[in-house]
Amino acid sequence: MSLELLLFLILAVVAVATALGMLFSRHAVYAALFLVLNFATVAVFYLLLNAPFIAMVQVTVYAGAIMVLFLFVIMLLGTEVLPPSSVLPWQRPLAMILALILLAESAYLLFFRQRLEAAVPLAIDPSSGPKAIGQALFNAYLLPFEITSILLLVAMVGAIVLTRKER
Amino acid sequence: MIPVTYYIALSAILFTIGALGVLVRRNPLVIFMSIELMLNAANLAFVAFSRTFGVLSGQIFVFFVMTVAAAEVAVGLALIVAIFRTKHTINVDEMNTLKG
Repeated sequence: MSLELLLFLILAVVAVATALGMLFSRHAVYAALFLVLNFATVAVFYLLLNAPFIAMVQVTVYAGAIMVLFLFVIMLLGTEVLPPSSVLPWQRPLAMILALILLAESAYLLFFRQRLEAAVPLAIDPSSGPKAIGQALFNAYLLPFEITSILLLVAMVGAIVLTRKER
Repeated sequence: MIPVTYYIALSAILFTIGALGVLVRRNPLVIFMSIELMLNAANLAFVAFSRTFGVLSGQIFVFFVMTVAAAEVAVGLALIVAIFRTKHTINVDEMNTLKG
């Protein structure tokens, strides 16, 4: 077993464990912290996949900004632990069955239909660095890039309007 | 050399955990976190395929997905705060009326 595969397997175990920890922790703050660890693990995967720009954006935007926003709202509302409700008692087993079906379907598609034999190349490729991404963003993908700026502006205005106190 | 199938399998597992979180949890904040987990799983598949086929468009798409996720979180959390102000609870089982 190569060192890279060992690293992948350890990181994969950490990623799945933190995702399950987010799913099953009763306290919302613990769930958010588990998710931060999961995002950091996925950032290391991006580094393994030779995508350093995406890895850094993952750490700053996801694990940094978005999760800080989550923690802020959790603590602002004071709703870390919700009382258990029994409105739909059959909903939890049904959700488990549906998730098992989804997992079985994806496993079937992955392992029994079209086999992808391609392996991820290991050598560092200079054509996927931040410079190449910047050039692609501002040349071929300029219009989508500008549209995302409008999207962020609309989201900002929408968030302000939604949380504004009415008088 | 790691086969790309491993990355896609990990992505599928993370996506399933996120979907299960949306179905099982009653706290809308945790439901939002599960949606973020699903977006993240899709991003992992994008980057893995981008690396395998040696094209950059996968990483560009991940960039756009992250932008949309940030916008979605801002608006979604604002909605949750607004709902909490009117109903004084954020349990999704209590949100069964269209009028506030």
